Amino acid sequence: MTARGNGLEYVGAAKVEGPLVVVERVRDAGYDELVEISGPAGARRLGRVLDVSDERAVVQVIEGTEGLCGATLRARFLGESLRLPVSGEMLGRVFDGLGRPADGGPPPLSGDRRDVNGAPINPVARRYPREFIQTGISAIDGMNALVRGQKLPVFSGNGLPHDRVCAQLVRQAKLPGGGPGFCIVFAAMGVKRDVADFFIRDFAASGALARTAVFLSLADAPGVERLLTPRAALTLAEHLAFDLGRHVLVVLTDMTNYCEGLREMGTARGEIPGRKGYPGYLYSDLASIYERAGRVDGSPGSITQTAILTMPSDDISHPVPDLTGYITEGQIVLDRELAQRGVYPPIAGLPSLSRLMKDGVGEGYTRADHPSLASQLFACYAYVKRVRALADIIGEEELSAADKVYLRFGEAFEKKFLTQGEREDRPIERTLDLGWETLSLLPREELRRVSAETLDRHYRPAPEG
Amino acid sequence: MAAEAGGKAFVTRVSGPVVSASGMAGASMYEVVRVGELGLVGEVVRQAGDAAVVQVYEDTSMLKPGAPVLRTGAPLSLWLGPGLIGNIYDGVQRPLPALLAKGGTWIKRGERADPLDLARRWDWEPLLAPGQAVSGGQAAGLVRETPLVTHKVLVPPGVSGTVRSAAGPGSYAAREVLAVVDTPSGPAEIRMLQEWPVRRPRPAAERVRVSEPLVTGQRVIDAFFPLAKGGCACIPGGFGTGKTITQHQLAKWSDADIIIFVGCGERGNEMTEVLREFPGLRDPRTGRPLMERTILIANTSNMPVAAREVSIYTGITMAEYYRDMGLDVAVFADSTSRWAEALREMSSRLEEMPAEEGFPASLPSRLAQFYERGGAVRTLGGERGSVSIVGAVSPPGGDFSEPVTQHTRRFTRVFWSLDTELANARHYPSINWLRSYSDYLDEVGPAWEKVRPGWSGLRAEAMEVLQREEHYRQIARLVGPDALPDAQRLYLFMGGVLRDGYLSQSAFDAADMYCAPDKQAALLDLAMTLYRGARDYIKEGGGLAEVAALPCVPEVVRAKSACAGPAEVAALAARVRAEVEALAAGREGA
Repeated sequence: MTARGNGLEYVGAAKVEGPLVVVERVRDAGYDELVEISGPAGARRLGRVLDVSDERAVVQVIEGTEGLCGATLRARFLGESLRLPVSGEMLGRVFDGLGRPADGGPPPLSGDRRDVNGAPINPVARRYPREFIQTGISAIDGMNALVRGQKLPVFSGNGLPHDRVCAQLVRQAKLPGGGPGFCIVFAAMGVKRDVADFFIRDFAASGALARTAVFLSLADAPGVERLLTPRAALTLAEHLAFDLGRHVLVVLTDMTNYCEGLREMGTARGEIPGRKGYPGYLYSDLASIYERAGRVDGSPGSITQTAILTMPSDDISHPVPDLTGYITEGQIVLDRELAQRGVYPPIAGLPSLSRLMKDGVGEGYTRADHPSLASQLFACYAYVKRVRALADIIGEEELSAADKVYLRFGEAFEKKFLTQGEREDRPIERTLDLGWETLSLLPREELRRVSAETLDRHYRPAPEG
Repeated sequence: MAAEAGGKAFVTRVSGPVVSASGMAGASMYEVVRVGELGLVGEVVRQAGDAAVVQVYEDTSMLKPGAPVLRTGAPLSLWLGPGLIGNIYDGVQRPLPALLAKGGTWIKRGERADPLDLARRWDWEPLLAPGQAVSGGQAAGLVRETPLVTHKVLVPPGVSGTVRSAAGPGSYAAREVLAVVDTPSGPAEIRMLQEWPVRRPRPAAERVRVSEPLVTGQRVIDAFFPLAKGGCACIPGGFGTGKTITQHQLAKWSDADIIIFVGCGERGNEMTEVLREFPGLRDPRTGRPLMERTILIANTSNMPVAAREVSIYTGITMAEYYRDMGLDVAVFADSTSRWAEALREMSSRLEEMPAEEGFPASLPSRLAQFYERGGAVRTLGGERGSVSIVGAVSPPGGDFSEPVTQHTRRFTRVFWSLDTELANARHYPSINWLRSYSDYLDEVGPAWEKVRPGWSGLRAEAMEVLQREEHYRQIARLVGPDALPDAQRLYLFMGGVLRDGYLSQSAFDAADMYCAPDKQAALLDLAMTLYRGARDYIKEGGGLAEVAALPCVPEVVRAKSACAGPAEVAALAARVRAEVEALAAGREGA
């Protein structure tokens, strides 16, 4: 993060307020320019220009304003926006939230310094994501399949095992038939040290650490730093994917903390708040992160994104999951009720969705029966939910015989299909066969979404009795 | 770098996309300016004496006070002419394929390219002769733009007089002068390439009443909640309810002459899907590739927010341009909520006082202005043309009481309400038939009566079945379906048949993704035949279980994709009738 300055240093600020420093009578400062602020003790911190006019520049101090004194601080304008030196050697290393080495190692050698804000991909240059990624998790592979270049977040709640599910996903994700594995860019925003440690230990245990770059902005780091962490991580990911042709899986956790950082910033600037106090541009801001995923023409690489976010009080209509869902290509929702009943992974059947699944499964990708199997499982499980609601009111005994069969199906679906071990890596064929095993509990004529030929091949009702 | 010489305009303040400038005396509202050394495109949105506020359509990173501002003296205008069809633009009409060829995968700041290919030559068929009197809106000549679109080059609105000279047939480029008209204010040159300010509606002779349905090939829409050519529809739904797929289906199969799809603040990969899929799809009426009648405007969510605000106007202005040639144009905007959010973001940066949920107080009037640019008209050239608008709305949290949904409802007459519960059960299109409405039933009724006499009665009968289904379903939720008598359970059964066999329609089933009106009518007749047979049979004392077990029932449900045309469906209906009659006869015999 070294930079050439234009040499001008200003002493004293008109105002220090929250994370903001207002420097007056600056000349030749640009919007979004990087500023180096030094306090009385001489420690240097970085800041960014948020608003600049003839009279003054409003600087957001990334590492917090604690200990700064308006009269004595020095501000040096560095003549460029925040850049990250990128290189393939950054895999296997740990960085702070701004991309500076945090593992005691030397800064990576690099000739190329990239603007962390990136630039929008020309929609015409995008290649449509199609290749199925096998995660070995039935609930994902079978019903919400992930494809290369997709952004599929995990919506969770506090206390739910999203970290374990995500670590399992990272451990097991591969193309069916093998091929070189993913390299991983892991960005932690505002999470606790032990959560970050859990991931790093898990990457180390599975041997993935050597192909992982870790960016840590932990819970005790200043809120503003979080705003740059995912951008720094994605800047590296873009280099790995589109310059070096690697397949990159980016894990961002926890986006709720990121959004809170954004809200903190907006409030400090005195902006007009939108829903729940989040700034009105939350959607555009999140899009500038999530949209940095995908594949482009002319490069073999890809960026696949998994963002974890915890829904405050499990509310999926909270602005953070809501706006995320509008940008990402589906979502994996963890369900507290399933978790309480001991189902792992507790992936909710109905609200989970992978929008790109239709293009990455079926003939030539997984197996011909996959799309109709998934659609039928969804429809039947939706009906199970209705039957259960009815059973709550009138009692299970009063249900019709047909509905009781559905209850048995629902039980089997959750216990056999959804449930699996944390270290269990199920091949896609096994997942699909399990799906048919559970569907075969239902009478054949109930399976209206599957063609007769597919049923002939896969429908195997258990012998009577 | 600082251009502080007297008379020159320069930047005084930068705050994101909002830039203040000085030395701007005489600038008009919405005048286009170029900001800084890179020449970033912006529009004047506020003006006071010497100072002005500019909204910039590109990232303003490292823009500095003192940077030059170049005034163009003209409002943001589009290039209109042959070559629009099949092209892909960003919100301010930069052609994305040309930008890709020039600058590579990432859109660089300040990059520009001509919206239309000026080198390309088009075959010109003149319609004017020297000495002829002409007025604005009249066709000056024809260009075969694509095999599907004959492009009429019009005398620009406001130009009228006598033709002094006219070019003969031949091949010309867009900027060549094809005719000169002597007008009271001097000679006016007519070229293929014309410009029009995006924010100004193009004039028409008069508004006319809508009468033709916009056939979309989607049963729940055409049969139950039709849109008229020249009508406006609102399609709200939370995330994951299939808004975009429904919009894509409409854009693919609607029987408009020109389709304009505005991807406004949506996903990049979705636009890619459209870009990859449309060229391979064929128009069901003509068999030609759909791209030959389609214009795409892609301003994805990560592209600059100010350009998102304009993208809607860019789309509607192009639509009016083709409307003026006497064509039926349909505009699909996905999503107007993102556009409203762009308004909110800009207004908050301008430090305007917010109204509902932070949106500017002008939101309702801006929405009204947009939807009012839709409609059927008699053009200045005397022809009939129309612009239909379908606006997707993405209400936060799926809550339809939020301002954008509420205000959009006021200015549109069709409401296709997408339903999370249906989407969760993977019932697509997830248009809820009890909460949706169309105000065009009277207008398009006569057209449907031509397809099937007695249509409105049939539709009303089916709607009644669906309403009763909901009623009994609520009771069944409390007491269980088995507690209901067969005469009531019949509606639960028929509701299921209509849901699976009629209302749901897979976008990925080649046989069913488009359903022609005559087949739509036949399928509804088929379902109603089963309903009437079952109802009468139960009235006579028969049981629902026997009807449900008839061999024809699964075929009724699968007829939408198993039967090729209305004749096959009608044959199946005859079988249904026969099977139910045999059942009744068997019961009487016993």
